[in-house]
Amino acid sequence: MTTATLSPVRADTRIGLAGHLRHVGALTRRNLMRIKADPESMFDAILMPIIFTVLFVYVFGGAISGGQDAYKQYMIPGLLGQTGLTLAMAVGTGLNSDFQTGVMDRFRTLPIGRSSVLLSKIAAETCRALLSFSIMIVFSLVIGFELKGGVLQTLAAVGLSLVFGMSIVWISMLLGMALRSAQAVQGVSMLVLMPMQFGSSIFAPTDTMPGWLQSFTKVNPLSALADACRALMNGQGAVAHPTLIVLAWSVGITAVFAPLAVARFRKRT
Amino acid sequence: MTRISTAPNDQGPAAGNAVEVHGIVKHFGTTKALDGVDLTVREGTVLGVLGPNGAGKTTLVRVLSTLIRPDAGTAFVGGYDVLRQPKQLRRTIGLTGQYASVDELLSGYENLYLIGRLLDLSRRDAKARATELLERFSLTEAAKRPAKTYSGGMRRRLDLAASMIGRPRVLYLDEPTTGLDPRTRNEVWDEVQRMVAEGSTVLLTTQYMEEAEQLAGELTVIDRGRVIAAGGIAELKAQVGGRTLQIRAAHPAELPEMARCLHDSGVTATFSTDTGLLSVPITADEQLTTVIGVLGTRGFAVAGIDTKLPSLDEVFLAITGKPADRPAPADAAPSLAKEPVA
Repeated sequence: MTTATLSPVRADTRIGLAGHLRHVGALTRRNLMRIKADPESMFDAILMPIIFTVLFVYVFGGAISGGQDAYKQYMIPGLLGQTGLTLAMAVGTGLNSDFQTGVMDRFRTLPIGRSSVLLSKIAAETCRALLSFSIMIVFSLVIGFELKGGVLQTLAAVGLSLVFGMSIVWISMLLGMALRSAQAVQGVSMLVLMPMQFGSSIFAPTDTMPGWLQSFTKVNPLSALADACRALMNGQGAVAHPTLIVLAWSVGITAVFAPLAVARFRKRT
Repeated sequence: MTRISTAPNDQGPAAGNAVEVHGIVKHFGTTKALDGVDLTVREGTVLGVLGPNGAGKTTLVRVLSTLIRPDAGTAFVGGYDVLRQPKQLRRTIGLTGQYASVDELLSGYENLYLIGRLLDLSRRDAKARATELLERFSLTEAAKRPAKTYSGGMRRRLDLAASMIGRPRVLYLDEPTTGLDPRTRNEVWDEVQRMVAEGSTVLLTTQYMEEAEQLAGELTVIDRGRVIAAGGIAELKAQVGGRTLQIRAAHPAELPEMARCLHDSGVTATFSTDTGLLSVPITADEQLTTVIGVLGTRGFAVAGIDTKLPSLDEVFLAITGKPADRPAPADAAPSLAKEPVA
């Protein structure tokens, strides 16, 4: 028996790099157009850094550092990392609601690589995070933050926050697919976020904390991220050590959670 | 490495079969959604899969779309094995689900353009194809509006258009008109008929005998994940008794007399004084003339005349001897009351 008369459009099963890039590009465009169609979804990215800056600088600044100006220089660089983390953790919620609609079924019946859908989320999220970082830095300059470390170092801090945030996106996507409802994803994300961000050196120096807490803050990658950003943007303090720690964490988290997320995506029915 | 072979393996499907399913089983926990389903769709034909809610129709479509893996059995679509050649298989199919799977935030045009790009069309081709299909499905005017502003029928048409971007050889339509009003339903039927005229092979699931008769040449009836009947529409209709003529008597008291006169003319009729309806099973169009003629010459007053296809319930009753043990869909025709003529 030689013929199945239905000859396919293309029998080639390999997608190839160009094909992958085209698929990721098309899906990223979709994700960005969704943001454009629903501008309210940008509220968190735009307003959260502003609200956090105002609240912490003016509410706690005097008490923690004895002055708002000193506290701005201390806290704002660390807030970059915190913002990246918060935005990253929101990705899973969006992915979860994608699965609730039929759109994901449509994508899964198309001859595209399974990772394309997830990678396009990361690409769109990078754009969102970059916008958020820009707004935060501009706003900080307006209220009197000084870029003592220079522009290049600031860009390096932004880049580092982005790299770490994008590694966290894989965890968030895994949660988004593993948990049943979008609300559950949001709840669990909060449980992860709160201790991570406050149990770090972002908002206050760790040396007044009790010993058991210090042992947590020391291994918390957000402390290293805040220390690195602070050193870069203020132009003082050790840069290399905390930067390497952050990069190591980012690579490690991505290496573990990216394959898990892709596998979960394949399996999810 | 390019594979050119179109006859993938030895135990592959027979030539001319667009879809071939053997003994497919799928469990969800302890429920058997599919319990050994066999079916075949010949190339260029429409197979209707008829069954009540929960019969396993959607599970079957999802197996054939590579969305879920069957626990046992084999299935080939366009010559490709659902388990071993999912990537090639995805290039040959188009799926329109029970729930329109379009991105609500994107415009109709952007939805179609996106799928074109994901199917590896060039930017220009994706644009041209999207424009062409919007035109064809009468969505040009709404092309730039977000899909969430579309009516139910427009969404369903957009979904159909989306499943046709890649000119699929085999199209799955999973309850394409469930929840649509009659006018929109007719629009969708027209489109499906056009696709079939252009040579598409279609596997259509439905809860409605009427829809199956409109669109499909062959029918497979499934219940609780099993095929309970299969064959040409004509054969099955013969089995379930085809259409029923329903006559509403102006004076229900005359019903027994009406039935007796018809009986004398060689036509079997049943009636129910509760509903005021006289029911006559019709196997040939001439019988319609006979019935009207007899009632007219005897001077019976008639308040209404209607012909009805058997409802899903009646199909089940005829095939299995027992009604479908699930609640019938709200808009299914009520069962005809059967009372023997005295």
